[in-house]
Amino acid sequence: MYPVEENGGYSVVHLTGEVDLNCSPEARKVILECLRRNTPLLIDLSAVTHIDSSGIASLVEGYQVSRTLKLDFGLVGVSERAMSVLRLARLDQVFPIFASIEERLKPDPSQDV
Amino acid sequence: MNTAEQHSLRDPVIEVDGLVACYGSRKILDDVSFDVRSGEIMVIMGGSGSGKSTLLRHMLALNRAVSGSIRVFGLEMGGVSSRELHQLRQRMGVSFQNGALFNSLNVEDNVIFPLREHTVLDDNTMRIMARMKLEVVNMAGFEKLMPAQLSGGMAKRTALARAIVMDPKLLFFDEPSAGLDPVVSADLDELILRLRDAMDVSIVVVTHELDSAFRIADRILVLDKGKVLIIGTVDEVKNSDNERVQNLLNRRSEDVIVDPDEYMQRLTDELIGL
Ligand SMILES: Nc1ncnc2c1ncn2[C@@H]1O[C@H](COP(=O)(O)OP(=O)(O)O)[C@@H](O)[C@H]1O
Repeated sequence: MYPVEENGGYSVVHLTGEVDLNCSPEARKVILECLRRNTPLLIDLSAVTHIDSSGIASLVEGYQVSRTLKLDFGLVGVSERAMSVLRLARLDQVFPIFASIEERLKPDPSQDV
Repeated sequence: MNTAEQHSLRDPVIEVDGLVACYGSRKILDDVSFDVRSGEIMVIMGGSGSGKSTLLRHMLALNRAVSGSIRVFGLEMGGVSSRELHQLRQRMGVSFQNGALFNSLNVEDNVIFPLREHTVLDDNTMRIMARMKLEVVNMAGFEKLMPAQLSGGMAKRTALARAIVMDPKLLFFDEPSAGLDPVVSADLDELILRLRDAMDVSIVVVTHELDSAFRIADRILVLDKGKVLIIGTVDEVKNSDNERVQNLLNRRSEDVIVDPDEYMQRLTDELIGL
């Protein structure tokens, strides 16, 4: 079970370890449950050692649902390795990606580079 | 350090040691030894009938060796259980020359197929995974086409998307550029290189096409009548002073080298003797 904390009006889902074929269904479930509660969502990947495309697919689906519900959504703590997986399918240009939870929760994040 | 040197420091994914393979009483592979390192692109070349496909079949555990050993991810292919083989196959992607798409399934369902076979993922997840791989191979927007509607290059790219849909750590290609025009073939090579870098996958490619081999290979293994003629980096193979290697390099791909002994054997194999 992945820990979820409330922080600055966001649900923050902390994914951990290997998010692969075995674990991505659980990640998907946690993400979709948060969105069902209608809260904006941050997904923290900083403790993820490896994410495969089933894990990425769960993020894509979560992002799609949050767009439909007009809820804010972002990824934080994306490792270089995970970035290259995102880049391969050009998803680095699709997901809102932030360096850290703190950065996203700053008063006016749009001013940050 | 060049990439070949970097890869030589990494763990082997495939270790072939003294492999001997026969069809009936005919020896097809004779004392073949080499390894493929993690993240490496190994290209296997050789004239027609030199044993390339047979070697590929052994690496996939489709054939049994007469002697010698093949280890894939450390697992000895000779003694592998069907359960282990099943798990192993989930980590391997295969794109065969005639590894045709299922004609009755559209592009997307072709790519999803291995996921339905091997996983219990949610249908949404599988669909997104397939579409991501179709993006990777530049087949986005063609999900609903049927195989009969695809050009040769599109069919290859779809087959490639299917081969990588499970994020394999080891990928086999049989003649990826056969029948493609040079531009499409160069695109495909580019894609193979990109996949290797992003997915950190080891790739074994069997090809006739020299240009393609030189573009993508970290190392090239040349088979000649079932024996390893040379194995080395692109430069080592190009600069080899072995006459048979040079013959192979200078030959146009449409030429076929006739080996008189082998040819006679083909014509007369299994004739009833005097
Ligand atoms: N199923 C088979 N039964 C008998 N002989 C075979 C079979 N497959 C291949 N061969 C023979 O083995 C030799 C090597 O074939 P192959 O591995 O297909 O070479 P390549 O892929 O380099 O063209 C050839 O002489 C071929 O005729």
